[in-house]
Amino acid sequence: MAELTLLEAVNKALAYEMAADQDVILLGEDIGVNGGVFRATDGLQDRFGEDRVVDTPLAESLIAGMTIGLAAQGLKPVAEIQFMGFIYPTIDQILNHAARLRTRTRGRISCPMVLRAPFGGGIHAPEHHSESTEAMFAHIPGLRVVIPSSPARAYGLLLAAIRDPDPVIFLEPKRVYRMLKQDIDDSGEALPLDVCFTVRQGTDITLVSWGAMIHETLQAADQLEAEGIDCEVIDVATIKPLDVETILESVQRTGRCVIIHEAARTAGFGAEIAANLAEFGLMNLFAPVGRVTGFDTVMPLHLLEKFYMPSTENICATVRQTMEYS
Amino acid sequence: MTKVAVASFDIEFYQYLNPRGEILGDLPEFAKRAADLIPLYRDMIVTRIFDSKAVTLQRTGQMGTYASSAGQEASVVGLSRAMHKEDMLFPTYREHGAYLARGVTMTELFVYWGGNEEGMNFANACGDFPVCIPIATQVPHAVGAAYAFKLRGQPRVAVPVCGDGATSKGDFYEGINAAGVWNLPCVFAVINNQWAISQPRSRQSACQTMAQKAIAAGIPGEQVDGNDVIAVYDRFVKALNRARSGGGPTLIESITYRMSDHTTADDAGRYRNEQELIQQKALDPIDRLNTYLIEQSVWSEQQNQQLIEEVTAEVDAAANDYLNTPRRAPHTIFDCLYETLPKAYQSQAGRLTALGDV
Ligand SMILES: Cc1ncc(C[n+]2csc(CCOP(=O)(O)OP(=O)(O)O)c2C)c(N)n1
Ligand SMILES: [Mg+2]
Repeated sequence: MAELTLLEAVNKALAYEMAADQDVILLGEDIGVNGGVFRATDGLQDRFGEDRVVDTPLAESLIAGMTIGLAAQGLKPVAEIQFMGFIYPTIDQILNHAARLRTRTRGRISCPMVLRAPFGGGIHAPEHHSESTEAMFAHIPGLRVVIPSSPARAYGLLLAAIRDPDPVIFLEPKRVYRMLKQDIDDSGEALPLDVCFTVRQGTDITLVSWGAMIHETLQAADQLEAEGIDCEVIDVATIKPLDVETILESVQRTGRCVIIHEAARTAGFGAEIAANLAEFGLMNLFAPVGRVTGFDTVMPLHLLEKFYMPSTENICATVRQTMEYS
Repeated sequence: MTKVAVASFDIEFYQYLNPRGEILGDLPEFAKRAADLIPLYRDMIVTRIFDSKAVTLQRTGQMGTYASSAGQEASVVGLSRAMHKEDMLFPTYREHGAYLARGVTMTELFVYWGGNEEGMNFANACGDFPVCIPIATQVPHAVGAAYAFKLRGQPRVAVPVCGDGATSKGDFYEGINAAGVWNLPCVFAVINNQWAISQPRSRQSACQTMAQKAIAAGIPGEQVDGNDVIAVYDRFVKALNRARSGGGPTLIESITYRMSDHTTADDAGRYRNEQELIQQKALDPIDRLNTYLIEQSVWSEQQNQQLIEEVTAEVDAAANDYLNTPRRAPHTIFDCLYETLPKAYQSQAGRLTALGDV
């Protein structure tokens, strides 16, 4: 057991799987000698060599496209995109190829790749370094989109993503990179993909979130407990495919739901969850489904970013409103 | 079988002022009187002092992440001063000196890097594009602007600036290629500072020069000593004039060096050998012009000191203006989203308006 940050957990999971499986290969910008701009791959090039920890030229479309070629050869590439703000050139390769190679070849060629990228705001980064556009990827059929919220979840979910036979977009909430440490047993044990994790049991209301916002959501749940509101908190973790059952089952018990995400509101992934509740859970609801989200603005530069980000107070206020319906 | 060479090319390297401050060959007209170079020298000093102040502000928690241009002053000042006011600059995040010479104020740049978009709302250099962080994405913008200049018969030139790393991107290749096809008034500046964060120039491309990438696009490409402000200015003036008079695009690779960390968030010690930095210091663009001006008796150590003090005071005053710039009210994040905020978002904006000027 070791106390690890989310960043160290990513590093440990990569190292574990590289040691266990010769086919795992890393590629990306500045991931080798520099160990990644956040140090997620620190020490891995020394340990596994330049052929398996590959510094690429500055070209994201190349990284994604090449990853598909590597994966089709039976390797298990894990590519890093330095920030989510630079992931967009990969969408051509991801949407038109990675996500549908299996379909297009009727199963002859598959694409067991992982594309990792740090995302989200709150670290006072420069422009284009703070957005959360996970919903864009969740809209692409054939992909998995996985978002860990804690060190333990990062370790287990990343191992699962690498072992998964299909393409996975693995988005790391960089605000959590060094936020907390957890005891992690570096045993190579993966966590399941495609399921939500209930991180707090409660009976009055279901709060659904993922990534960094889980932390504000849990804080809100603690505050609300003092007011006599007992919150259940669900960490979606794999947003695509969505484990609707866990959310429906919880809302069946609580009758209320608030969804929290940092991404802009319109067509954010919260809308998909709300739509599922409207379709399959309406009869169990005592109150309208609430959403606490980022604004429909361009992500502001750091002086105003805290006003963009949903806060614990915003979450508490929406929960209180939702509790008022009887 | 017949075999004939169907294409061949040479890439030229231009330099007037060597690292020891000595002149090589005949100087171009603008540089014949050494005293006429003092304004360029001043611009380089301004750039260096501005950079060092910005780094200090960041280190003391008074500004955000910052990318210093130390070592690249001749490259950015030379190209910027060669441009006409009505030309358009499309920079990256490291051409502070180019912006300043174009009339962007120091305060505006501090405000932007301090985390406030208002800094990109230039009062003077109105046509110029804002800082561009997604690498090479500004190159096609410049191609579009150049197309518009040509379409309207305007004698203007678009100048996209990018790094050595940026030349690996599709956007870069797509941009130079299209400019060649349409013979556009566009001068592509590649500032080769030898590094793209931790990746040395040699790991970016197997090609011998970045300039020869122009050849594949069917446009002229050349190298210039990017630490020689005379050469940079001269080669850009020539390329800009050619472009302005219908002669089409050029790519100029400025050979220089990033003397700083990539940004204040980076530690070059992890990947760069200290020895290399020491060697590069001998090629410093400011020192060599200072040596030349003094040797020509148009400048003195005392004048140099005086200039440094004067510019430092100017930079400090701008930093104070920045530090005293009132924060924008939270609701202003909706102000420039659209020309008119759609009804759908008015209630969201209203929630921030209710907060007032926090
Ligand atoms: C598309 C994209 N990918 C990655 C990054 C992260 N990044 C910022 S600067 C940089 C290196 C750029 O090198 P170069 O083009 O040589 O310019 P320099 O920083 O040396 O001036 C990288 C990889 C980015 N900003 N945009
Ligand atoms: Mg560079």
